[in-house]
Amino acid sequence: MLEVGDIYKNYAGKPLLQGVSFGVGEGETVCLLGPSGSGKSTLLRIIAGLELPEAGKILWDGKDMASIPVHRRNFGLMFQDYALLPHRSVAENVAFGLRMQALTRAEIQARVAESLEKVHMAAFAPRRVTDLSGGEQQRVALARALAPRPRLLMLDEPLGALDRTLREQLIEELHRLLQTTGIPAIYVTHDQEEAFALADRLVMLHDGRVEQVGSPAEVYGRPASAWAARFLGFNNLIAGSVAALDPLRVNTAIGTFQPAEMPIPIPALGSPVTLLIRPTGVKLAGNDHQVNQVSGVVEDALFQGDRFRIGLGCTLAVSLQFYLPEPLIPGQNAVLVIEASSIVCLE
Amino acid sequence: MRFIAARDDRRPIGAFFTRYAGVWLWLLPLLFLGLFFFYPLGAVFHLAINWAFTQGWSVDVWEQVAHPLLFTVWQALLSTLLTLVLGLPAAYVLARYTFPGKTVLQVLTTLPFILPTIVVAVAFNALLGPRGVINVLLMQAFNLANPPLQVMNTLGLILLAHVFYNTTIVIRIVGSAWSQLDQRLEQAARVLGASSTKVAWEVTLPLLRPSILAASLLVFLFDFTSFGVILLLGGPHFATLEVEIYTQALQMLNLPLAGLLSAIQLLCTLLLTVVYARLGDKQPIPLIPRLQGEGTRPPRGWRQKLLVAGMAAVLLALLVSPLAALALRSVTRLDANRGERGPVIPGLTLDYYRQLFINQQDSIFYVPPVQAARNSLAYALATTGLSLSMGFLAVYAMRTRSRRWMEALFMLPLGASAVTLGLGFILVFNRPPLDVRSFPWLVPVAHSLVALPFVVRTLQPVLLSIPGSLRQAAAVLGASPWRVWLEVDLPVMLRAVLVSAILSFTISLGEFGATSFLARPEYPTLPIAIFRFLSLPGALNYGQALAMATVLMAVCGISILIMDKMSV
Repeated sequence: MLEVGDIYKNYAGKPLLQGVSFGVGEGETVCLLGPSGSGKSTLLRIIAGLELPEAGKILWDGKDMASIPVHRRNFGLMFQDYALLPHRSVAENVAFGLRMQALTRAEIQARVAESLEKVHMAAFAPRRVTDLSGGEQQRVALARALAPRPRLLMLDEPLGALDRTLREQLIEELHRLLQTTGIPAIYVTHDQEEAFALADRLVMLHDGRVEQVGSPAEVYGRPASAWAARFLGFNNLIAGSVAALDPLRVNTAIGTFQPAEMPIPIPALGSPVTLLIRPTGVKLAGNDHQVNQVSGVVEDALFQGDRFRIGLGCTLAVSLQFYLPEPLIPGQNAVLVIEASSIVCLE
Repeated sequence: MRFIAARDDRRPIGAFFTRYAGVWLWLLPLLFLGLFFFYPLGAVFHLAINWAFTQGWSVDVWEQVAHPLLFTVWQALLSTLLTLVLGLPAAYVLARYTFPGKTVLQVLTTLPFILPTIVVAVAFNALLGPRGVINVLLMQAFNLANPPLQVMNTLGLILLAHVFYNTTIVIRIVGSAWSQLDQRLEQAARVLGASSTKVAWEVTLPLLRPSILAASLLVFLFDFTSFGVILLLGGPHFATLEVEIYTQALQMLNLPLAGLLSAIQLLCTLLLTVVYARLGDKQPIPLIPRLQGEGTRPPRGWRQKLLVAGMAAVLLALLVSPLAALALRSVTRLDANRGERGPVIPGLTLDYYRQLFINQQDSIFYVPPVQAARNSLAYALATTGLSLSMGFLAVYAMRTRSRRWMEALFMLPLGASAVTLGLGFILVFNRPPLDVRSFPWLVPVAHSLVALPFVVRTLQPVLLSIPGSLRQAAAVLGASPWRVWLEVDLPVMLRAVLVSAILSFTISLGEFGATSFLARPEYPTLPIAIFRFLSLPGALNYGQALAMATVLMAVCGISILIMDKMSV
């Protein structure tokens, strides 16, 4: 439905977006994931028509949106800090978009009530928006964006300013809302947890380019690059080189590893690669293995309820983290064996 | 209990002072206001009421009052409307767009505000008067014997001068609110399907309404109390209350009638001021001060470009042409210096400027214009210091909810015309026990009173916009109250403080009404000196008035440039 084609945009003389392309299908929620300053919000504003790109196209059902002004696009945008109109009440804020569609008063009232009901804010209708808490403002902003039944909903870091419990609760609600309304949505965030929870598809932005596209499971299972892995919160990354191809063997400074899967495209023999070692799927080694084992000094063991997080210093430069069911004593040597499926060869 | 007792014992006198130091902080500006504002105005009222009781309220008196009153209201209404018509689009263009020459235009828009009304009047005379630049050019071009443009002493010229004078206020107040307006609100409305016209009506105007109302009221007040412009451009046909007070007090020496007119004017303006002050009661939408220039961009598309270019051209024409005419006319000889007969060679001359430095011995009242400029600067500096310190104390005092009533109190001087204030000062400080009229410091005191409402109005919203959490954060990080002020309040308020300083400095430089009552003959300010020369016959004196007005324009321009640089 929405097609974003090769968008270029400069900000303050520096390139911000350098040829970003992606699409949003019917009823699909796409998460734009990237660190702050990666141009996610600008991309949303370009799609909304609030900003013009230097190059590139925004297509809706194959139709170029360039000539259509902001207010005729019928795209909903929820602003990062909500941008609720301070001189209007909660109900008036939600009614705003409906009045622009020149609906009758009765229709507007019904739709406002319905929208506020959806976000559990019906009781707040006559209140001033300036009296609301952050979470309440967030809900009103969502109701306001949804009320005119936009053909595309864009959310710019909607949970960014809220505390963790509220966030988790609102993620659930948002998820349900996006599922039930079936409105295609673009959700911008820098938080991979939010993105994983909500996205049908992830679009990861890095340095103004699309780093990786895929379902949350695909992206989590196989980050496209060391940068992507690090951004997703994986810290066990080791540089190595391809030693053999069938089966794949990678030599590193802390040993030789045999990942379960071959990366695509297949790397050349001797080419440099990065290994991602997942912190789960390890156990204490009973006897000595030739491959897929790491040894080092236990640096710390943190109790995390159902498991211990172990820091293992393999060399002076390389320190890895693992989750184990049992504690290890800091200062002692330990040898761990890693399941092949927990080792991913990147690039 | 023992602990508390011990502490009390240790510093019986010190405790008294520290406990009441805070009280002094807010009592001081109140005392200032009481002594120099309420006391003199009370005297004016006293005089008027006494006279009304002894004289009775005859038809004759009623006519002397009603005529100037009606005219005052009428011309103020017209002027305010015209000012808004020009000022609002100008405020929009300056708040939202960047364009080449914007800085120059911004500096230019501050010029009329700081120019004394008398300079504005002289400038319009030099542009449109019978011997003004336009008439001279037309006469030469079409070989006419008489000036074709007869606008002197018309209502049109008064209105034009008022628009010239007050557009800046609309640009300052509305433009500043406009540039601080969160543009995401407008964008949110756009995304929700509102056309740009709808956005203007539904979002922008409602959010700007307080500032538009405030600006309109202020402009109306200025037009209502207009003095110099009407005195000099309106001629004998048009007399506002202000001009009538001046005429009755200083020319007819009819102090009681002047007092009555003053009392009536005071009632009107105080009423307006109370309304203006009440506007501030509405909780201001807290806006964290943004960096200058955020949200402005070059115009896109031919419509925006046309709007920006057109607006800039209109502003430039309105603001520059009278001033340019003034400067040009001050170096152009058109007729004989002292009315001698015989041929005159028209051309450029510096005679008028050279004369400024020559001490003419034949007049005891003659003060070299250089000295007048020096007086003006000294008064302006004193005014800045006085009004800023009083303003700061007042603004901090009113921060507490229980002292909100002070807010309206400190807006009141806005409602008292300078001429009335001058009359009050004469009534009060000219009497034997307190014969201090001869002290020159009464001038900066009067100027400070005129400037104080502006200072308070500028500082207060910024102070209120500082979130309490910022101060608390600083305090928790170990900053003492004084450090908190230095590190949190002051940086946030710095721009407002500078603006206040500019305001009070320039108000003092340009003040004419009160000064005309209070300045001693041997200590004239520049505006007074200009007025003196203007009322003398002969081309040389007229030329000297023009030259001095040009000098004052330059002095104001330079000082505003210096402060403009400081604020960057």
